[in-house]
Amino acid sequence: MDENLNELAEQISAGLGESIISVTVTNGELRVDARADHIVQVMTYLRDNSGCQFKGLMDITAVDWPARTPRFDVVYHLLSIRLNQRVRVAVKTDEETPVPSVSEVYSVANWFERETWDMYGIMFSGHPDLRRILTDYGFEGHPLRKDFPLTGHVEVRYDDEQKRVIYEPVTLTQEFRRFDFMSPWEGAEYILPGDEKSSEAS
Amino acid sequence: MAEVEIKNYMMNFGPQHPAAHGVLRLVLELDGEIVERADPHIGLLHRGTEKLIEYKTYLQAMPYFDRLDYVAPMNQEHAFCLATERLLGLEVPARGQAIRVLFAEIGRLLNHLLNCTTQAMDVGAMTPTLWGFEEREKLMEFYEAASGARLHAAYYRPGGVHQDIPADMPEKILAWCKTFPKFLDDVEGLLTENRIFRQRNVDIGGLSVDDALDWGFSGVMLRACGVPWDLRKSQPYDGYEAFDFDIPVGKTGDCFERYLCRLEEMRQSLRIIEQVLERMPDGPASSVDRKVTPPKRGEMKQSMEALIHHFKLYTEGFHVPEGEVYAAVEAPKGEFGVYLVSDGSNKPYKCKISAPGYRHLHATDFLSKGYQLADTVAIVGSLDVVFGEIDR
Repeated sequence: MDENLNELAEQISAGLGESIISVTVTNGELRVDARADHIVQVMTYLRDNSGCQFKGLMDITAVDWPARTPRFDVVYHLLSIRLNQRVRVAVKTDEETPVPSVSEVYSVANWFERETWDMYGIMFSGHPDLRRILTDYGFEGHPLRKDFPLTGHVEVRYDDEQKRVIYEPVTLTQEFRRFDFMSPWEGAEYILPGDEKSSEAS
Repeated sequence: MAEVEIKNYMMNFGPQHPAAHGVLRLVLELDGEIVERADPHIGLLHRGTEKLIEYKTYLQAMPYFDRLDYVAPMNQEHAFCLATERLLGLEVPARGQAIRVLFAEIGRLLNHLLNCTTQAMDVGAMTPTLWGFEEREKLMEFYEAASGARLHAAYYRPGGVHQDIPADMPEKILAWCKTFPKFLDDVEGLLTENRIFRQRNVDIGGLSVDDALDWGFSGVMLRACGVPWDLRKSQPYDGYEAFDFDIPVGKTGDCFERYLCRLEEMRQSLRIIEQVLERMPDGPASSVDRKVTPPKRGEMKQSMEALIHHFKLYTEGFHVPEGEVYAAVEAPKGEFGVYLVSDGSNKPYKCKISAPGYRHLHATDFLSKGYQLADTVAIVGSLDVVFGEIDR
């Protein structure tokens, strides 16, 4: 399987040339890092080239790396039924730069891109209908971004006096706890409670 | 009489309609009774599973997968466990794999039982549903005997399964396997040649192979179009290559053939179950790597090391090496994929769940265009959608 994958990797990097940055095989999976502005060409090539035939798009999502610029990876998972292979295509983008939509290449991309917009706030240029999909009507923010709090910003309840559902800011009855499991003798970079003076002394 | 211009009108289908299979809100644009455009509004059951998983350890994240497709819960767990194991480089012992295959197939039966019979209910037949639920109840008793829960089992764990099956279980399942073909014959007798069922399903919602691939179809939806594609055969996991079973395919991909494929898949699942039980290997049901799987309670009473392992696993959890992986299983509804990104800590950095129902429901607009309003019900029924996995 791995030899076929390496062959495929060579073929893709030869066939796409300028449009891609790198092709890597890790964990027995092929990953193609492409240039965001060339994504439509890359996907069309992968779908139509007789040596690839990645006719199925199984997933589009993004990964948020807040410390990095540009902060998002947009990740596409393709499946070739003919070759019995998968490939992962990734492009980089940030909050402002839209990624060209591939909904012309794969019809199924329409909803996946809507979801990625909804969850991460990544824009797709040329998308026919970039509405929110999973969140509430009138929702604000992009929940899967790392800087979006787990508890969200608003909560809903039915108000018996007004006879309707109302939105209010979240109130937590218990403080949100997030344990970190770095052990103090394996390089945790924080001061233990009661241990504040140890760094001053040294 | 003068010609009158009739305006298209919009209709809300759901979110509280019994044929909407949960909380689907379908905004239909109708020209008389003909569907011009169908716009599914989803997300009414969105619980933020993927966000929650990022805040949980790998073991704590696992039960969320039961709550996705709650009709066949263990099949979802399977994908997450495979993804985690692939990142960890962990081997599952033979018995663990066999038990997983056993319950994956029981999950497939659970799902197809519900879908075939509710598809019949959508077009007006009540009896199969009631019979089907009786069989489902029997299967869920097996779930309960193995894991302690009828639905939210949390039974598959990275490294194997939570605990070994009870000693008398193979016997009970085999006894049930003897009775089940009779049930399938009964359902077939009720539906397959039934005039109403055929009139409502044959030649409704069919599509070509190219369109099916373009819309990201997988599983039964793709096989009904005539593509013999099944991940259990083409990209086998957990020892599926050792079993002898056939993949039923259709020709036109219409609602009726999806029903036929599902019915035949149940018979094939039965074959797999019988084979698993015949050659159930001995040995541990989960990996003995104590850095990932917890020790048995008895061991903890004797060994300090076991106690430490247990404590570490249930507080901190195990750390997963940095990397990314996409693991897919042939869930009853189609390809269920988990894209897992790890940053080397004890929590997933990112976990994307790629649900088959999401891709299939997306095609509702394409499939129901030009059909009658009543056909939309049949199409949505045959898509096999469960909102737990679509909305996540």
